[in-house]
Amino acid sequence: MTLLIALTLFVLAVFLGMELISKVPATLHTPLMSGSNAISGITLIGALVSAGTDHSVLTTTLGFVAVTLATINVVGGFLVTNRMLSMFAGRKKNRS
Amino acid sequence: MSRLDIIDLGYLVSAVLFIMGLKGLGRPRTAPRGNLLGAAGMFLAVLVTLLNQDILTYTMLALALAIGTAIGAVLALKVKMTSMPELVALFNGFGGGASVMVAAASFIEAVDLNAHTTQISVAAAVTAFIGAITLTGSMIAFGKLKGSLKWSGFPGLSLLRAASLLVAIPLAVLLVMQPENQGWLWALVAAGFILGVLGTVPIGGADMPVVIALLNALSGVAASTTGFVLDNPLLIIAGSLVGASGLVLTQVMCKAMNRSLLEVLFTAAPTGSSSGDDDYGDGVTATSGEEVAMLLEIAKRVVIVPGYGMAVAQAQHAVRDLMVKLEASGVEVVFGIHPVAGRMPGHMNVLLAEAEIDYELLFDMDQINPTFARTDVTIVIGANDVVNPAARTDPDSPIAGMPILDVDHSRTVVVIKRSLSPGFAGISNPLFVADNALLYFADAREAVLEIVAALHEG
Repeated sequence: MTLLIALTLFVLAVFLGMELISKVPATLHTPLMSGSNAISGITLIGALVSAGTDHSVLTTTLGFVAVTLATINVVGGFLVTNRMLSMFAGRKKNRS
Repeated sequence: MSRLDIIDLGYLVSAVLFIMGLKGLGRPRTAPRGNLLGAAGMFLAVLVTLLNQDILTYTMLALALAIGTAIGAVLALKVKMTSMPELVALFNGFGGGASVMVAAASFIEAVDLNAHTTQISVAAAVTAFIGAITLTGSMIAFGKLKGSLKWSGFPGLSLLRAASLLVAIPLAVLLVMQPENQGWLWALVAAGFILGVLGTVPIGGADMPVVIALLNALSGVAASTTGFVLDNPLLIIAGSLVGASGLVLTQVMCKAMNRSLLEVLFTAAPTGSSSGDDDYGDGVTATSGEEVAMLLEIAKRVVIVPGYGMAVAQAQHAVRDLMVKLEASGVEVVFGIHPVAGRMPGHMNVLLAEAEIDYELLFDMDQINPTFARTDVTIVIGANDVVNPAARTDPDSPIAGMPILDVDHSRTVVVIKRSLSPGFAGISNPLFVADNALLYFADAREAVLEIVAALHEG
C-alpha cells in the first residue's frame, strides 16, 4: 500500500465516520461510545502479528501485553454494549 | 487465491461490518444488531489475521487472547450500571495502551530489519504520543469517576502541560532522523504519559463527558496511526471511523456547555465564588415529602430532571417507583435530560434504562424545553448548573449562554438536593429562591422514597 492510498483511506474514513454519527439521540450516546471503543480495539490484529512473529524478546513481550489489553478492550467493550442495549430492549417488551 | 488475498478480503468484509455496525448503533431499533455486526467484524479480522505466515507461535497468542477474554468478560458482566463511566474509561485506556505497544514493537522490528521508512517512523512517533495520552488520560479519568482520585492539580500545571505538548515535536523529529535510537521513542511515550495525566487531572464535573468522548476519539486515532505503521488498511479505516465519530460526539458535548474544546482542555472551568447558604438569605422555601406528594396528587403532568446527584445516590430505581405510582393515578410523567448531565455522554439514559424506564419517555433538552410551560410539577433530582436560569438571564455569569433546561417555566419546581452548596460551576442558583421553587433537602434516593411513601398513604 502506498502512502497516498493509506492517506486516501484515512481521509475517506474520517468523513464517513462523521456522517455515520450525526444526529444520534442522547439515549444512545453511551452505547455508541462503548461500541465504537470496542471497534478501536482493532489494534488487536496488529498486536497478534507482533506477539506471534518471535522477532525479539522485547517485541514479543510488547505484543503479548498488547494482545491481552486489546482483547480486554474488544471483548469487554462489545459485551458491555450488548448488556446496555438489551436493557433498552427488555424494557420495551415489559411495557407492551 | 493466495493467503494474502484471503487476509485482505477478510479485512474488507470486516471494514464493511464495522461501518454497518456504527451506522446501526446510531438508531435505537438497530443498535443491538449494530453492536453484533461490529463484534462479527472484529471476530473475522482476528480470524484472518491468524492466517498470517509471519505468526510462528500460536501458544502465546492463545494464552493472551484467553486472559484478555476472561478479564474483559468478567468486567463487562459484573459491572454495575452506575459504574459504567469508569469502565468505559478503563477499556478506552487499554485500547490506547495496546496501540502504543503495537506501534513500538513494529517500529523496533522494522528498524532491526532495516526495513523502516519515513512513513513508519512518523506514524510510530504519532502513535506513541497519542496512544500514551489516551492510556494515562483514561486512567486518571477512571480514578476521578470512581471517586478515589481527588487530585485536581498543582501550581504550574498548565506550564508543565504546555511543555509536554511542545516537547513532542522535537522528539518526533529526532525519532524520524535517528530511528535506530530507541530512546527517542520512549521519550515520546513518556511525554504522552505526562500530558495524559496533566491534561485530565484538572478536569471534573460537567467537563467530564467532554473528556471521556475525546479520549474515546483519541483511542481511535491511535489505532488509525498504528495502521500507518503496519501498513494495514483495516486499522486505518476502523481507527479513523472511531476517531471521527468520537470527535463528533465531543463536539456535541461542547455545544451543550457553550464552550469550545480548547476552553474545556486549556482553561480551568469558569467558577464563581458562591459559598452556599449565605447567597440565598431567607428566600429559600423548604419542603417535605408529604408536601410534594400533595402537589403531585393534583398534577396532570410531571417532568423529572435527573442529574449527577441521582447517580451518586443510586436513586434510579426509587425514581421508577415514583413514576409507576404517578402513572397509575393518571399523571403524565416524562423525563428531561440535559446532554451533559452526569459524567459521561448519555449517563442518565443508561441509569434510567437500568431502572427499566422506557427510553421513549426520555426527552432531550430541545424537545422538553417548550413543554415546561404546561407542566404542573418539575422534580429536579441532584442537578444544579444545568437548570440554572442565570445562564439565560445574567450575561456576566460564568455559565452565561450555556443551554439549560427551563424548569423555572413550570408551575412548581421541586429541587431535591442535599444542601445549598453550589454545583460544579461554583455559582449560586437563582432558581432556588424563585417563587415557584421548593427545596427538599435530602439524599436523592431517600427523598424520592419519602415522596412515594407519602403518595401511598394519601
